[in-house]
Amino acid sequence: MNIIIIGCGKVGQTLAAMLVKEKHSVTMIDVSAERLAGLNDDVDAIRMQGNGASISIQREAGIETADILIAVTGSDELNLLCCVIAKRAGSAQTIARVRNPVYNDELNFIKEQMGISMIMNPELDAAREISDVLRFPSAIEIEQFAGRRVELLKFKLLPEFNLDGVTVRDMDVRLKANVLIAGVERGDEVTIPDGKFVLRNGDAITILATPAASEQFFKSIGMKTNQVKNTLVIGGGTIAQYLADILAGMHIDAKIIEKDRERCDYLVEHLPKATIIHGDGTDRGLLDRVGLMGAQSVVALTNVDEENVILSLYVKEHSKAKPVTKINRLEFYGMLNKMDLGSVIYPKYITADHILQYVRALGNSIGSNVERLYHIMNNKAEALEFAVKEDSAVTGKPLMELGKNLKKNLLIGCIVRQGQIMIPKGQDMIMKGDTVVVVTTQEELGDIRDILR
Amino acid sequence: MNFSVIRYVCGWLLLVVAAFLALPGLVALYFHEEAGFALLWTILAAAAVGLLLIIKKPKNKVFYAAEGFATVAISWLLISVIGAIPFVISGAIPRFVDAFFETVSGFTTTGASILSDVESMPKCLLFWRSLTHWIGGMGVLVFILCLLPLTGGSNMNIMKAESPGPSVSRLVPKVQSTAKILYAIYIALTGAELILLVAFGMRLFDAVTLTFGTAGTGGFGVLNTSIASYTTAQQTIITVFMILFGVNFNAYFFIISKKIGAAFKNEEVIAYFAIIATSVIVITLNTVHMYENVRMAIHHNAFTVASLITTTGYSTVDFDKWPALSKTVAVFLMMCGACAGSTGGGLKVSRLLLLAKTARKELKRSLHPDIVWKVKLDGKVVEHSVERSLNTYMVIYTMIFLASLFVISIEGYDLVTNFTAVAATINNIGPGLSLVGPTCNFGFFSDLSKYVLCFDMLAGRLELLPVVLMFVPATWKKF
Repeated sequence: MNIIIIGCGKVGQTLAAMLVKEKHSVTMIDVSAERLAGLNDDVDAIRMQGNGASISIQREAGIETADILIAVTGSDELNLLCCVIAKRAGSAQTIARVRNPVYNDELNFIKEQMGISMIMNPELDAAREISDVLRFPSAIEIEQFAGRRVELLKFKLLPEFNLDGVTVRDMDVRLKANVLIAGVERGDEVTIPDGKFVLRNGDAITILATPAASEQFFKSIGMKTNQVKNTLVIGGGTIAQYLADILAGMHIDAKIIEKDRERCDYLVEHLPKATIIHGDGTDRGLLDRVGLMGAQSVVALTNVDEENVILSLYVKEHSKAKPVTKINRLEFYGMLNKMDLGSVIYPKYITADHILQYVRALGNSIGSNVERLYHIMNNKAEALEFAVKEDSAVTGKPLMELGKNLKKNLLIGCIVRQGQIMIPKGQDMIMKGDTVVVVTTQEELGDIRDILR
Repeated sequence: MNFSVIRYVCGWLLLVVAAFLALPGLVALYFHEEAGFALLWTILAAAAVGLLLIIKKPKNKVFYAAEGFATVAISWLLISVIGAIPFVISGAIPRFVDAFFETVSGFTTTGASILSDVESMPKCLLFWRSLTHWIGGMGVLVFILCLLPLTGGSNMNIMKAESPGPSVSRLVPKVQSTAKILYAIYIALTGAELILLVAFGMRLFDAVTLTFGTAGTGGFGVLNTSIASYTTAQQTIITVFMILFGVNFNAYFFIISKKIGAAFKNEEVIAYFAIIATSVIVITLNTVHMYENVRMAIHHNAFTVASLITTTGYSTVDFDKWPALSKTVAVFLMMCGACAGSTGGGLKVSRLLLLAKTARKELKRSLHPDIVWKVKLDGKVVEHSVERSLNTYMVIYTMIFLASLFVISIEGYDLVTNFTAVAATINNIGPGLSLVGPTCNFGFFSDLSKYVLCFDMLAGRLELLPVVLMFVPATWKKF
C-alpha cells in the first residue's frame, strides 16, 4: 500500500520502519529539513520537506494514489487539518493523532464530521495500559482480546510457585486450570512452548486465559492477584491526568507529584478525587513524606526516561510498591528488560501498534481482518485477534489436521464462538463467525489464512 | 567498515558479470570464434569466486555511507580486472595494462581505445567491449540492487555513490523499485534505438554494439572509421538517441507518470537543449565551408555536439581539423557533460547551473553584504550543504585534473594532446584533440600514463568521491 506519514518524530519514525518492513511504500513528510536529514538511513522511504497540510506538498507526495495518510506531527490541529485536506484531495484513509484532553470527549464528533478514519490518543492508551497493570500488579504485561473477555498476562516465575522443572503438560494436569502458556522468555530467547517444555524459575511466562480462569490459576500457584489500593504517580503530565481519571473509577487512591506549580493548579481543578502534591518527585525526602512506604504502586511518568528508570529502581529497592516505568525513547528497547524494572510502558510503541493493526486490517478488507495486534514478549512476538468472516482453508477442520500445515512458532491461543471462550484442543475447529487469537513469532500475518504455510 | 557486506555484494557482482560475459560467449558460438574459450574460462573463474564469496551471508546487511563508497570503488575495480581477462587470455590485447585500459574505458563509458585496428578483433570481444558500455552506463550495482534482496533504505548509499550527478533522488519510496524503474527506462530506450537502426538497414551486429555504445554514452565502435561509414539516416538516429540518453532519467519518469509539465519545466533539461542548439549554431557558422552543403554541416555538427556533450565520443567527422573556435567549443562541451541522472559523464549541466547561480549569489553579496539570497533550482531552495559539496567537488576535480596533466606531461607530448587526453578520460568522452583526436588512439602512452588515465576514467564516472576516498585511510578503519 502507498502510505504517507506526516510528522517524523519518534512515532512517525517507528511507524515508518514498521510499515516499510511490511513492504509498504512509505513517503515521510516533515517541516524540518534537519530532522529529515537526521533520520535513520535504513528506512527505505522517500523523505520530503514541507508542510504536510499543504495540498501541493500532499500532491507531490502522491495523495491521489495513497491508501493511507497518517498525521503524527506535534500539533493536534495540524494533524486534523492534514487529514481533512487529504480526504478532499484523494481517497486515502486518514489517521490522526489527537492528544489534547480537551478534545477527548469530542473525538467521535470530530471523527464523524471530518471524515477521519481513526484518531489516536497515545497518552490515553498509555494510561489505560498502566491501569491494567495496577489492576493486576503481579503481572508485568496485560493485553486484552475479544472485548476484554480474554487476557494475555505476562508474569515472572518465582520460586514460591513451585513450578521449577515442571513440564507444561504436567502443570496443566496438576493445576487443572484452563489457561494456555503462549510463550516463555528466558534470557533473550522467546519460545512458544509445547507440552514437553520444562519451566524454570526466572522465566517470564505469558499466559492466555479468561479473567476468571487466570484468577483461578494464580490462586492455585499462590500468587496474589489483588488490585492495588493506592498509587503514587510521579510527574503530572497528560498521561497522569488520564490515569488519575481512570483510577478514580476503579476506586484506587492516587497521589500525583508535579514540579510545576501552575500545572498542579490545573490538575487540582480537573481531578477532584486525586491528591496533588507540588514538589520534585526525585527528592527522596519528599517521596518518604508523601508515604512511599505505604504505597502499593508507584508510576514514574516524568518526561525524562533516566529519571523514571532510577525512580523505579529506587522503589524496587526501598519499598514494597510495584513500580511502573514509562519510557519514551525506543532506542534501548529490550535492554531495560534485564534491569527488572517491573512493568515498562512505551507509549510510542502503543501508538505504533494501534496504527499498524489498523493498516494490516485495511490491507485485506475482504476476508478475515486483524482486529487487534500487540507486540508482546519483548517485541519478539505478536499476538493477533482475527475475526473469521468467511469459510476458507482453515475453517471447518479439526486443529489436529491443520497441525502439520501450520507455520512454525505459531499457536492458536483461543477461539471465541458466540460469546463462549474456548482454549482450543486438537479436535476443535475454527468456524465462520469465530474470533481467533493467534500468538506467533512470525511477523506480518494479515489474515487468518496466513497461519498456514 | 562492515567488510562482510562488501564481500557479499562483490560475490553477487562477480556472478552478474559472469552472466553478462555469457552474452559475448553466445556471439562467439555463433561466429565460431576461438576467443570464446577465453570468455568461458573467465566466466567459470568469476562464477566460482563469486559463489565462494556469497556462501556466507553477512549478519549485518546495513550500508552506511562509508560502505556504499567502498563497495562502489572496489566493485568497479573488480569488474574492470575481470572484464580485461578475456582480452588477455585470447591474445587479442596481449598486455594487461592495455586490456585493463580498454575495459575501464568500456565500463566507465569513456570509449577511449588503445586499439589501432578495431576490425581485426574477434567479434565476440568487440561485442563484450560494447556491452561494458551498456552495463557501466546505468551502473552495475544499481543493476544488482534490482536483483538482490538487500533490505532497507541504506541501499540508497550505493545508488548515491554510483549514479552520475550531484543529487540522486528516489523516484518511488523503495530504492529497489527506483532501481528497477531506471533500468526499465534504460532497456526500453535501448530497445527502441536497436529496432530503429535495424529498420534503417544496419547489420544486426553493428546495430547492437552501436546501441550499447549510445545507451551507455560510451563510444566504442566496431569499424575503424567509427560512425562515418554508416548512412545519414542511421547517423541521425544515433544523434537523437545520444541526446535522449543524456537527458535526466527523472524527466522520463515524469512523462511515464503523466506529469508531462514537470518534465519540460526541468531547468537542467532546458539548459541542456539550449547548450546543444547554441553549440550547433556556432560551430556550423564557423565550419560551414568545410562541408558540401549547409544541411550536411548541420547534420555532422549536430552529431558531433551530441556525441561530445553526452560524452559518448562517436565521430562522423574529424573535428581535430576544425578551426580553433569550433575546437574550443568542443572542449567546452567535453567539460560540460550531460544531465545529472543520465548515463552521460562530464561535470553535468545541473552542476554548472548551480555553480553559476552560486557565483551570482556571491557577487550579489559582495555588493549588498546584508542581502539574504537563496540559490534555487526548479523553484526549490538548494540547501547550503549542497552548495558546499559542489564547491568541494570542483576543487577535487581541478586537483585531479591538474595532477593527471602533470604526470602525463612527463612523456613530452604537446599540451593540447595532454590536456584533451585528461579531459576526455576524466569526463568519460573518449577522443580528444591532436594526437588523441577522433582518428587516433591512446595506445602510444606509457604504462604509467595509462594507469593515470584509468584512474581519471574511474574517478570521473564515479563522481570522484568513491575513488578518492579509497586513498583515505579512515575509510578502511573499523572504528
